[in-house]
Amino acid sequence: MAQLVDVHLKVNGKPYVGQCEPRKLLADFLREDLGLTGTHVGCEHGICGACTILFNGEAARSCIMLAVQASGAELVTIEGLAKNGKLHPLQQAFHENHGLQCGFCTPGMLMAALDFLRVNPSPSEEEVREGISSVLCRCTGYRDIVRSVMAAAAAMRSETTREPAK
Amino acid sequence: MKPARFDYHSPTSVDEALALLQQHANDVRLLAGGQSLVPMMNFRLVAPGVVVDLNRIPELAYITDRGNVVHIGAMTRQRAAEFSPIIGEKVPLLREAIKLVGHLPTRSRGTIGGSIAHADPSAEIPMVFQALEGEAVARGPRGERTIKAEEFFRDALTTSLAPDEMLVEVRLPAMPPGAGFAVEEFARRHGDFAIAAIAAVVVRDGARCCKARLATAGISSCPVRLRAAEQVLEAEGLGESAVARAAEVAADAVEPLADHNASAEFRRHLTRVLTGRALLSAVARAA
Repeated sequence: MAQLVDVHLKVNGKPYVGQCEPRKLLADFLREDLGLTGTHVGCEHGICGACTILFNGEAARSCIMLAVQASGAELVTIEGLAKNGKLHPLQQAFHENHGLQCGFCTPGMLMAALDFLRVNPSPSEEEVREGISSVLCRCTGYRDIVRSVMAAAAAMRSETTREPAK
Repeated sequence: MKPARFDYHSPTSVDEALALLQQHANDVRLLAGGQSLVPMMNFRLVAPGVVVDLNRIPELAYITDRGNVVHIGAMTRQRAAEFSPIIGEKVPLLREAIKLVGHLPTRSRGTIGGSIAHADPSAEIPMVFQALEGEAVARGPRGERTIKAEEFFRDALTTSLAPDEMLVEVRLPAMPPGAGFAVEEFARRHGDFAIAAIAAVVVRDGARCCKARLATAGISSCPVRLRAAEQVLEAEGLGESAVARAAEVAADAVEPLADHNASAEFRRHLTRVLTGRALLSAVARAA
């Protein structure tokens, strides 16, 4: 009988409980056990970045983490970006600037970009290129992804200056 | 592309982890950041019967300034080191090299100790550990011991750590104030492992070089010091011709690997070119 472990975690602010084998990868746990299929599995060995999520606020590749390691953690997945039906500025920017074609890398790209922009809210184009290099895109050639991230950065900066301090 | 079944343990102390290492000798793997181990397990290149997860031992993650030495807990995340003011001030060569290690998302999980203990020939952090003449602190059933960087790496993915020991701390001597430093790397894409890389530290006294340290990544099966090249600089100074001679000596001294990424001759060529570039940068930065 395989060892089973309990996983208690928060995803997008909502608590979840699951049980799985310790070898179950976090990406698969999110998709299969929690039904959150927005996180995509590309290479299954941590180099394509499609599986990128936020783990306790920091981007991480969920296909090279074990689900059990997320017990006690707070995750943000692509499902957590839009709020009350309103797209996150990153999503809006990708929509307006043709930042996706097939969309397979896009959840990972958005989560990686979100972490990147939190670390560097006013990047140059070169810095964005480096900042998104953790996620591979086979469709776009990256040009419109870079444009999207630059546009999102501007939108997020002006949102911050408009909002009162929380 | 999924790991084979294993028994999972998540100790909350080093003593517990060591007991598990002893108990399951030969069939156990320590899980630190997982950025190297989990991909290998997903491929089933390794299939340990027991996995000991070190991520719930908070006492293993710290960066402490001890004046002349920086003490880094083995489970310190690369990302934490990247943004640490202590690292930036005392051992800036490490910060420079960390920017080349994978990507921000891998640095969120990958650890300083994990990179050094895993000892991938192409990894940048072991190269810095060599260049700065660091020390590893290993703990095992027989107690604690320190291992100098020059004695730590045996072969590709092979260190002097005994099977029942674990790395608990990495110590890096503070770089002298005003030291010049640089990392030059050749890789196919940003974030890739190094096909060849050189880390350089130089301390100047006018035209003299009081200290030069050079280390490699990706060129041989272990990160090595380029001692003959260091001696050229310490004897002849930091002028252009001394740097060029040091680069030639470095290229002669290495035992380069040949693989699908590069031939031995290309790695030897890269040794010369990257040593020259790293030294020119380091000298320009030296006070």
